[in-house]
Amino acid sequence: MEGELVLLGGGGGGGGGGSSGVSTNESAVLSNVEVVSEACSYPAESELELGLGLSLGGATGKTKPATATSSWGECGRILTAKDFPSVVSHRTKNGGPSVSVSGTKRAAESVSHEGGSPTGISQVVGWPPIRAYRMNSLVNQAKSQRADEGDSGIGEKDKPKDALKKKLNYNGNKISSTTTVNEKGHLGFVKVNMDGIPIGRKVDLNAHSCYQSLAQALEDMFLRSTNSVGAEKEQLTKASKLLDGSFEFVLTYEDKEGDWMLVGDVPWRMFVSSVRRLRIMRTSEANGLAPRFHDSNERQRSKPI
Amino acid sequence: MQKEMAYSFPDEVLKHVFSFIQSDKDRNAVSLVCKSWYEIERWCRRKVFIGNCYAVSPRMVIRRFPEVRSIELKGKPHFADFNLVPDGWGGYVLQWIAEMAGAYPWLGEIRLKRMVVTDESLELIAKSFKNFKVLVLFSCEGFSTDGLAAIAASCKNLRELDLRESEVDDLSGHWLAQFPETCTSLVSLNISCLGSDEVSFSALERLVDRCPNLRSLQLNRAVTLDKIANILRRAPQLVDFGTGNYAAELQPDVFSNLAGAFSSCKELKSLSGFWDVVPAYLPALYSICPRLTSLNLSYATIQSPDLIKLVSHCPRLQRLLFLIQVLDYVEDSGLEELASSCKDLQELRVFPSDPFGVEPNVSLTEQGLVAVSLGCPKLQSVLYFCRRMSNAALVTIAQNCPNLTRFRLCIIEPKTPDYLTLDPLDAGFGAIVEHCKDLRRLSLSGLLTDHVFEYIGTYGKKLEMLSVAFAGDSDLGLHHVLSGCESLRKLEIRDCPFGDKALLANAAKLETMRSLWMSSCAVSFGACKLLGQKMPKLNVEVIDETEPPDSRPESYPVDKLYIYKSVAGPRFDMPPFVWSMDEAVKILH
Repeated sequence: MEGELVLLGGGGGGGGGGSSGVSTNESAVLSNVEVVSEACSYPAESELELGLGLSLGGATGKTKPATATSSWGECGRILTAKDFPSVVSHRTKNGGPSVSVSGTKRAAESVSHEGGSPTGISQVVGWPPIRAYRMNSLVNQAKSQRADEGDSGIGEKDKPKDALKKKLNYNGNKISSTTTVNEKGHLGFVKVNMDGIPIGRKVDLNAHSCYQSLAQALEDMFLRSTNSVGAEKEQLTKASKLLDGSFEFVLTYEDKEGDWMLVGDVPWRMFVSSVRRLRIMRTSEANGLAPRFHDSNERQRSKPI
Repeated sequence: MQKEMAYSFPDEVLKHVFSFIQSDKDRNAVSLVCKSWYEIERWCRRKVFIGNCYAVSPRMVIRRFPEVRSIELKGKPHFADFNLVPDGWGGYVLQWIAEMAGAYPWLGEIRLKRMVVTDESLELIAKSFKNFKVLVLFSCEGFSTDGLAAIAASCKNLRELDLRESEVDDLSGHWLAQFPETCTSLVSLNISCLGSDEVSFSALERLVDRCPNLRSLQLNRAVTLDKIANILRRAPQLVDFGTGNYAAELQPDVFSNLAGAFSSCKELKSLSGFWDVVPAYLPALYSICPRLTSLNLSYATIQSPDLIKLVSHCPRLQRLLFLIQVLDYVEDSGLEELASSCKDLQELRVFPSDPFGVEPNVSLTEQGLVAVSLGCPKLQSVLYFCRRMSNAALVTIAQNCPNLTRFRLCIIEPKTPDYLTLDPLDAGFGAIVEHCKDLRRLSLSGLLTDHVFEYIGTYGKKLEMLSVAFAGDSDLGLHHVLSGCESLRKLEIRDCPFGDKALLANAAKLETMRSLWMSSCAVSFGACKLLGQKMPKLNVEVIDETEPPDSRPESYPVDKLYIYKSVAGPRFDMPPFVWSMDEAVKILH
């Protein structure tokens, strides 16, 4: 059988079996299938053996993981590990750079690195599959361990970089210093609400390394009108509308102490470690928040280090 | 002959017989026998389980089952646990509550998982159901302590309030004080998810004091170790207890007070909590260890030697969940210890302490799991995070534990091959599905080709749920699963090169499943539309947060795809980033 896909009415049976059997629509469906697949050429097409002559005698022989068998990357804009075959083949058992993304703009950020300097797998959304609840616990534990390091304070202060590197647990043994959790001081997602929009969203702070990219992501989330393609182009202009106070809305955040501040006034890392949630507030309501630097020089100073 | 028999029993007799039939599967089978059985059954069904809240509408449920007392609903897809489902996707319970408020005045139990529950919903529950007894909010969000206050104040006969792993907005710690003095009916209270401001400890103490039937209590992290003794002394009848913080400076009087309090709990069988553990306080538990059947240390940051000592006091352990947080080489041998002392172990979960580190911080490998499989023949359920695996180890595990029903292995780095041979792990997982004939749930990881799916399709006849990530080479893989796994109900896939072919060829299969999730795969928008058109019994939803899928060519792959069977038609609460492929909806969207 040469790769002919037949619309299988039975689909593997099962309980209440909703199989309607072969219908006259099938040939139409089948031809649609072929049309679709042609547009997105799969080199594996000709090898598709659906004859189910299973050769189960052990999976001997190494399949080469590096050869990306599907070139769907040609038509797809979403990058996955398949798009980085060279990286995959350089990997050692202790892992190498993370390569997979899931449809976010962070594709550019996580493209790696010949020589495989390990960046960990922290940039893949939802991997490893650990519930957010548990992740938050890990974060809080890491923070409380740092707090015990010899600093008498109970609160979460910003630690100097050396202290971060030496993280100790209760019994004085070292924990890996490459943990993204510890270094960034905050794990994952914070809630974002925009005035006038009932449904809030969440944004992953780990995916950004500066205010610009965060603001851009938020603009995409909240300001982009999904139904008018034309309008999109306009809004794709420079990102700092939310940051420079020229727009009807301004980006604010609630910090650990419960105070609401304008986003952009402190160094990025400090922001990340103290932010609890974000709010896109009407500029008219934002009076009385921490003063904004309007001077462009000063604005540059408050940009990430 | 048989027909006459069916009619020869009066309805009352049949009703009585049916009352012994509890499982949904059996009830559903009963209702298919004949029309009169269908009628009788539907009037006496008291418990309804709805695995996907969008598969059916509240009105349809109410119409068919008019006398329901207990309902369980699940909302978001499982991958929402890992932040793959954007916020605002759906899963709102309000409409259900509103409809049931009118139709089921005697509704007593509501259990929700992965749903959005607002304060308004909670207030409506509090107002509408006079006999309300059980509220379980598992991994839910959207509500605050105000909603909880309403429940506490109004539900006079509340037996169970379980908020496990939910996200609660902390507004005030005094909601607990809203339980009236007359409320003495609590049997189970789980507030482990609450933050520090959200619990008034004195109110909690008083509540525990006046509820003599309290069997299960899970405190939150803010409750400090010194307070545990107070609580336990007020509730020596506890069977299941979750501590808060288990850390304090070692003080002899605190220790002896705690040890005494634990030893007075003669019924205690299950322990959890243990955030921030100070190992010196673990011996306070030794008196109850011999009775423990379940121990959850998965938040406890203790080292292997302390862990081993504790576990060695627990010979009757059946269920052990823990976190390996240690740095020296005894971690695998820690599991070996476990294997030699806990022969009855049925469930094991091992979580990573440092999931994002590249270098392993602990010496936990596949050997630990192999050791447990050797020593614990009753092992049924495994969730195991590790950094390396081999086919040989998996084959051994499969042969040692043929009774496995759930096997979830997460090798932390995607596409990791067999560390000994550098082969894909197809043969290893193949052995699992081949030997474990009752396997119902499987999660794959590591380097995997289409071959593993061949095995799964061939042997996984009882498999109901399959989770796949970064695996496979082509559509053939997906085809094997869809065409071979007869019992498949839930399939979730991410980052695999599966496209249109297998999906379209097995479209009818999707109608026999609860749901299919595919993200970062290669299914084109055109195929989604086709499925939406041709399969009216399915809801085909495309999720894309960046732009509408029809702004790109039809051959472009969609970002995320969620397909589920439904008799309710397309839903009306979709956010802007979810598109239904149903023809009728598209015009309105």
